[in-house]
Amino acid sequence: MGTGLKITQGTFSYLPDLSDDEIRAQIQYGIDNGWAVAIEYTDDPHPRNSYWDMWGMPMFDLEDAAGGMHEVTRCREAFPNQYIKVSLYNAKLTKQTIALQFIVQRPGHEPGFRLVRQEGADRQIRYTMEAYAAQKPHGDRYAD
Amino acid sequence: MAGTSEPGRPRWLAGVMPYKEMGYWKPDYVPEDSDIIAAFRITPQDGVEPEEAAAAVAGESSTATWTVVWTDRLTAHDNYQAKAYKVIPVPNSSPPSYIAYIAYKHDLFEEGSIANLTSSIIGNVFGFKALKALRLEDMHIPREYIKTYDGPPHGIITEREMVNKYGRPLLGATTKPKLGLSPRNYGRVVYEALRGGLDFVKDDENINSQNFNRWRDRYLYCMEAVHRAEEVTGEVKGHYLNVTAATMEDMYERAEFAKELGSVIIMIDLTIGFTAMTSMSKWARKNGLILHLHRAGYATYARQKNHGVNFRVLSKWCRLLGVDHIHSGTVVGKLEGDPNAIQGYYNTLREDKVAVNPVQGIYFEQDWAHMPGVMPVASGGIHAGQMHQLLHYLGEDCVLQFGGGTIGHPMGVAAGATANRVAVEAMIQARNEGRDYFKEGPDILKKAAKTCSPLASALEVWGDITFDFESTDVPDVLELPTPVS
Repeated sequence: MGTGLKITQGTFSYLPDLSDDEIRAQIQYGIDNGWAVAIEYTDDPHPRNSYWDMWGMPMFDLEDAAGGMHEVTRCREAFPNQYIKVSLYNAKLTKQTIALQFIVQRPGHEPGFRLVRQEGADRQIRYTMEAYAAQKPHGDRYAD
Repeated sequence: MAGTSEPGRPRWLAGVMPYKEMGYWKPDYVPEDSDIIAAFRITPQDGVEPEEAAAAVAGESSTATWTVVWTDRLTAHDNYQAKAYKVIPVPNSSPPSYIAYIAYKHDLFEEGSIANLTSSIIGNVFGFKALKALRLEDMHIPREYIKTYDGPPHGIITEREMVNKYGRPLLGATTKPKLGLSPRNYGRVVYEALRGGLDFVKDDENINSQNFNRWRDRYLYCMEAVHRAEEVTGEVKGHYLNVTAATMEDMYERAEFAKELGSVIIMIDLTIGFTAMTSMSKWARKNGLILHLHRAGYATYARQKNHGVNFRVLSKWCRLLGVDHIHSGTVVGKLEGDPNAIQGYYNTLREDKVAVNPVQGIYFEQDWAHMPGVMPVASGGIHAGQMHQLLHYLGEDCVLQFGGGTIGHPMGVAAGATANRVAVEAMIQARNEGRDYFKEGPDILKKAAKTCSPLASALEVWGDITFDFESTDVPDVLELPTPVS
């Protein structure tokens, strides 16, 4: 494994990885607030990739965090080398958006992003970036 | 005051008569749902009765002049005259002051124009000789009038979706020193703070385009810093590029360049004025950039208890004319502000329905008719060691700006940023787990610092720093005002 980059999207990415008990506590906080629990996974962690793949539909009627944790575990088993995040969703009028989102699994090695500079006139530079992993087709990414 | 009461004097006889008798004092008036209502703190000159002073304020902020004019009779003057309908003494005030309630028909004010609204409400009347002092404490804005404004270009919800960050306060810092850095050195501070863990860095209010740091060069280096930081974190990052300038043409030019470079956010200062702010708001909506407002200069008229405009009113005007961020106080930092009053500002900016709350200085209920909320920004003398207090008082829908608390970190700018980010995430985690984080805050931070040496170092340097001065303006808890409608 070479030097990598820990992607810091999501709340709690600057803390040590959450244990399953800690993840369960956060899901319970969402349930106690009446929020839905959604699980998504991806092999393209670009910060503007809005649409990670959904692990089923959001769970609107969970009564216990154990149910949410069960789905996290199943998703991990299905995609052991992808990013997985949990979103707690608040459907209340005037909110209607994600109330909390955090990463619960990362690939074993995160190679990070390549920043490409396109030099233009007047010292302007157009920047674009791409995850190194996304240079491979789906299925071949984060294989190691 | 000119004009003494003469029983039996005809209303329309040329000459001077008390405002009270010209229809500006109506103690039995019941405000309508569509009225704009203002609560003024009035301090009459000696010998001026409070009802007459209130009527004078109503008169001078609506239709009146100093003498009777027959041309009033060409109008439905009852409609256009503002009506003072209640005066309540402020307990223990010396010289005696009163809260006067004044109702205005909303057709007195042009749709969508804060310039017009303020030219009436805080126009001539604040220099009125019959008053020692006058302060606008709060305003109720009816739905009919709210709906004539665009409101924030994006609002809190859309901003969070744009930057892909949820469930915690956003973190920022103002580049320091605020003046003197060359554009290249300035960009270095931006890069270090962003890569270390902040979401935003900010131009200060007075960095525009001076001889040591011209705007175009600063923008180029700052956006290089933003993109580099996105590369090494995988997060969306931003720098508030201040587009404040001498003319609208200059501001549009700078804003267009910020957009071309890929910035998610620009910033303006309050000093540009309400009309310029509104123009930039429309530009930001049209071009998809978040609009940050620095309240430069506000304390010249918002700080004194007996005279000026309370910041909660300024907050309402800014939400109407439309900004996405506004500096609104810190509770625990270096700048003025009573904790309850500041919570009132935050609620006024963020919530859809705000209830009467005398402890927070909120005189009127306010229904924002689903107008998106403004993200309050806490900036000035705050540090990681106060994270539990900041979260407790300010909540999670805000931007916490640690300028000195990031850039002054002994291990460097990036380490300072990391300390702040770890502190906020640890505190959110503890809160969500149901812990009494306000009480246990110092322990929560100490535990987080065990796996984060930058946080340990920040706590060591700043852990005990507080700014404990008595506020110059604490809300008076008067009788519970009658809710509107």
